Amino acid sequence: MSPPGRGALSPYRMLDLTDEKGYLCGKMFADLGADVIKIEPPGGDAARRQGPFYRDDPDPEKSLFFWAYNAGKRGVTLDIDQEAGRALLGRLVKTADFLVESFPAGRMKARGLGYDDLERVNPGLIVASITPFGQTGPRAAWKGPDIVPWALGGYMWMTGEPERAPLRISHPPQAYLHAASAAAIGCLMALLHRAATGQGQHVDVAAQQCPSWMLTNTYAYWDLMKQNLGRAGVLRHFGQVHLKTLWKARDGRLSFMFAGGSIGAKGQRRVVELMEQEGMAEDWLRDLDWNRVDALSASPEGLGKITEAFSRFFETKTKAELLEEAVKGGIMLAPVNTVADVADDLQLKARGFWQRVRHPELEAELPYPGAPVKMSATPWQIRGPAPRLGQHNAKVYEEELGLPKDETARLREQGVI
Amino acid sequence: MNPERPLSGLKVLDFSSTVLGPTTTRYLADHGALVVRVESQAHPETTRISSPYAGEESGLNRSGYFATHNAGKLSLTLNMARPGARRVVEKLIGWADVFIESFAPGVMARWGLSYEEVRGIKPDIIMASTCLEGQTGPRAAHRGYGQMATALAGWFDLTGWPDGEPVGPYSAYSDFIDWNFLIVSILAALDHRRRTGQGQYIDQSQLESALQFMAPALLDFAANGRVATRMGNRDPHAAPHGAYPCRGEDRWLAVAVTSEEEWRSFRQVMGDPAWAREPQFQSLSGRKAHEDELDRRVGAWTAAREAETLMVELQAAGVPAGVVQNAEDLFQDPQLEHRCHFAALDHPEMGRYHIATIPFHLSKSENRPTSPAPLFGQHTDLVLREFLGLCDEEIADLVIDGALE
Repeated sequence: MSPPGRGALSPYRMLDLTDEKGYLCGKMFADLGADVIKIEPPGGDAARRQGPFYRDDPDPEKSLFFWAYNAGKRGVTLDIDQEAGRALLGRLVKTADFLVESFPAGRMKARGLGYDDLERVNPGLIVASITPFGQTGPRAAWKGPDIVPWALGGYMWMTGEPERAPLRISHPPQAYLHAASAAAIGCLMALLHRAATGQGQHVDVAAQQCPSWMLTNTYAYWDLMKQNLGRAGVLRHFGQVHLKTLWKARDGRLSFMFAGGSIGAKGQRRVVELMEQEGMAEDWLRDLDWNRVDALSASPEGLGKITEAFSRFFETKTKAELLEEAVKGGIMLAPVNTVADVADDLQLKARGFWQRVRHPELEAELPYPGAPVKMSATPWQIRGPAPRLGQHNAKVYEEELGLPKDETARLREQGVI
Repeated sequence: MNPERPLSGLKVLDFSSTVLGPTTTRYLADHGALVVRVESQAHPETTRISSPYAGEESGLNRSGYFATHNAGKLSLTLNMARPGARRVVEKLIGWADVFIESFAPGVMARWGLSYEEVRGIKPDIIMASTCLEGQTGPRAAHRGYGQMATALAGWFDLTGWPDGEPVGPYSAYSDFIDWNFLIVSILAALDHRRRTGQGQYIDQSQLESALQFMAPALLDFAANGRVATRMGNRDPHAAPHGAYPCRGEDRWLAVAVTSEEEWRSFRQVMGDPAWAREPQFQSLSGRKAHEDELDRRVGAWTAAREAETLMVELQAAGVPAGVVQNAEDLFQDPQLEHRCHFAALDHPEMGRYHIATIPFHLSKSENRPTSPAPLFGQHTDLVLREFLGLCDEEIADLVIDGALE
C-alpha cells in the first residue's frame, strides 16, 4: 500500500455504532482520514457472521462483507446495555466529533443515549441516526430490512420486467448503502454548520426517503400528468417511445441507447460508417441525418427499422472490438460486465484503482476497490484493513482514555468490553 | 432561532447536466448554496427537452424532469463558442467557491478551463469533474451516460432472474450511487479549505464510484474466485424473501422473514396452515432448500389479499413487509407525509409541482427547498450585474457578441 497522504477529514473522530445499515458512512470518513472507532458489542457485530468469507471459511474474523465496509477503522468492544459501558461511551463522546448509529428508532434514547443526552456531554457532537423510516412517525417502529425501504421507497416498482415481479438488486443492502451515504452527507453539512455556529446537531436519516431520488422523471409523471409509469425491463421510457438499452454482441451483451440530437449524432453516425465498411449499411441508413433523426421523437416504425439494422451489426462484433470503436469514435456504448470482467479491466488498472490491503494475521493481501474519486490535495484512500474484534481496546481505553489496566481487566470480566 | 442553512454563502458554478451533476448541486442548493447553472441555447440540457411536461405542452420551461433536479438554482445562458463568453466565465470562476462540470474529458481543456487554468484564476477553488471513466487512462475519452457506467460496473449482471437475461436496475443506477461520493468529496474539500485555505481538484470516474456499492462481491471474486450474479429477489439470509403478488392489478408485497421468531409470527398471520408446519420449513436452511415451493405457497396465500392491509398486519406481528409502491402510492404514504417528503413549489410557467426532499432531517439547520427550478436563462442579467458587477455597456457588448445565448 502506498503511504497514506493526509485526508480531508484527518482532524476528526467518529464513533461508529452502526451495523450493516450504516457501515459505509464510517468507511467514507475513514478513507477521508478521520479516526473512526468501530464500536461493537463484546460478542462482535452480527455482520461478522455474514458471508462471503475469506477462502469460504465462516470465521467472524474473515467476513468479506465486514471487511469491505469497515476497512481503515479502529475497533473496540463495548456493551452499552450495561451502566459501566454507557459511562465509558460518555467518555469517548467527550473527544468525538461524530457519532453514527443505526439502532431501531428510540433505542438510543431508551438507553439514556439519545441526542439530547449526548448533547449535554458534548454540545459540539454531531449525531447521525440511520433507520428505515426515521426517528418519528406512524411507521417509525416498523421493521425494514433492505427490501422493505427499497419497495416502499418506489425504486423496486421500476426495476424488472412488466410480466414478472418487481426486482431488488441482488447485492444487499443497497437501500442502506444509500442511507449510509446520506448520513455521511448529513454529517458533513452539520460539520459546516458547526464551523459557523459552534453547535452540533442530530442528523435523522430515513432509508425510505432515498429511493425516490433515483426515480428520474417517474414521480413527476404522476405529479404533472397523473400517469403511473411501470417497470419496462431493459427498455427505457421516453414519452411515447421505449428505447432498448441492452443489445447483443457476438460474445456477450452491450449497453447502448439512441440519444437525440447532437448528443447521439456523432456516435450514431460513426456506427453507420463502420457498417458501411462492412457493406452492412443500406442506402436509407446512410442517408439519415442524425442531427435531425431524434430517437426520442421518432415513430415506432422508424425507430424499429434503425434498431434492427444496428442489432444485426453489433452481433457481428465482439464486445472488445465495439468498446475500442466506442472510445475512438464517440459511440455511447459499453459492454455489460460481470464482476470477473471488472476485476480484469484495463482502465481501472491503468488508473491505479485497486488498492491492495494487507491482513497481516492471515498473511493475506487483497485488492480492494480503491478511491471513488481522486482528490488532488487530500487523497481519498483506504487506510488499512477492518479491525479485528476488540483490536484497539488497550490502545483506546488504556492509552488514550487513561484507564488503569486493572480497571480494563475488571470491565472485561464484567463483559463490558 | 431562525435555522441557518449550512452552506449559506457558498457559491457554486455549475457546468454539469442531466442527473448526476444536477442532483449534486441540488443537494448543495437545498442546503443554502447559491448555484448558478450555465446553460446553452444551442444545446439545451437533455432534461429540459424531456417529458413529462406540465399540461402536456412541451417547452424549455415546462419539463418536470428538469424541474425536479434543479429546484433552487439560478440559470445563466452562455455560448462558449463566442469570445465574450471567456470574460464571463473568468469572472464566474473568480466569484465561485466550487466549480462542477460533467463534460467528456478534453472539453474543458479546449475551452482553456483545465484545472491548472482555472486555478490560475482562482487559486483556492474546488473544481470537480465527473465523467464516465475518469480524466486519465486509456479509456478517458469514452463518452457516455450513466446507463453505460452501470453496465461497465456490473450492475446489469447483478439484477434480474437467475433463469433469464440481466435486466439491470431502473435507469442509470451508477448515477444514483455516484452523486453521494461527489457530494461527500466536495463537502470534505470545503472543510479542508476552510481550515487550510487550500483548494483542490476532484476527478470522478463514474465507473470507479459505482463499484463502491459492490465491494463485498469484488472481494469475493478476489479471495474466492466467485462471480456474484443475479438471484431474483432471493437473499442468502432470509426466506421467505421476495415480492409476492397481491389482490388487484400489479400489486406486490415485499416480505422478508429474517429469523425463526419472524417465521413463527408469519405462520400465525397465515393462520398456521398445515404446509407451513412441515419439518422442512422449520429452519432457514430448510426453507432455502425448498424455496421454490415456499414461494409458491406464500404467493398463493398473498394473492387473495390486499397488499396494504397485509403489510399492516404483518408489521403489527413483527414481520418485515412493505408494499412495492408506485409513484401514486408515494404521494399517499403516511410515513413519507409525516416526514414532509414532498415539497410543493410554485413555478411561473408550470404552476404548482412537487419534489422529493433531502432524505435526512437536521435538528438545527434548514434544508427544505423553497424555490422552483429556474426558467431558461432567467438569471443571466441578475448574475452579470449583481454577482459579477458588470455594467450596462459591458452587458450590451456581450449581447452583441452573442455570448449570452
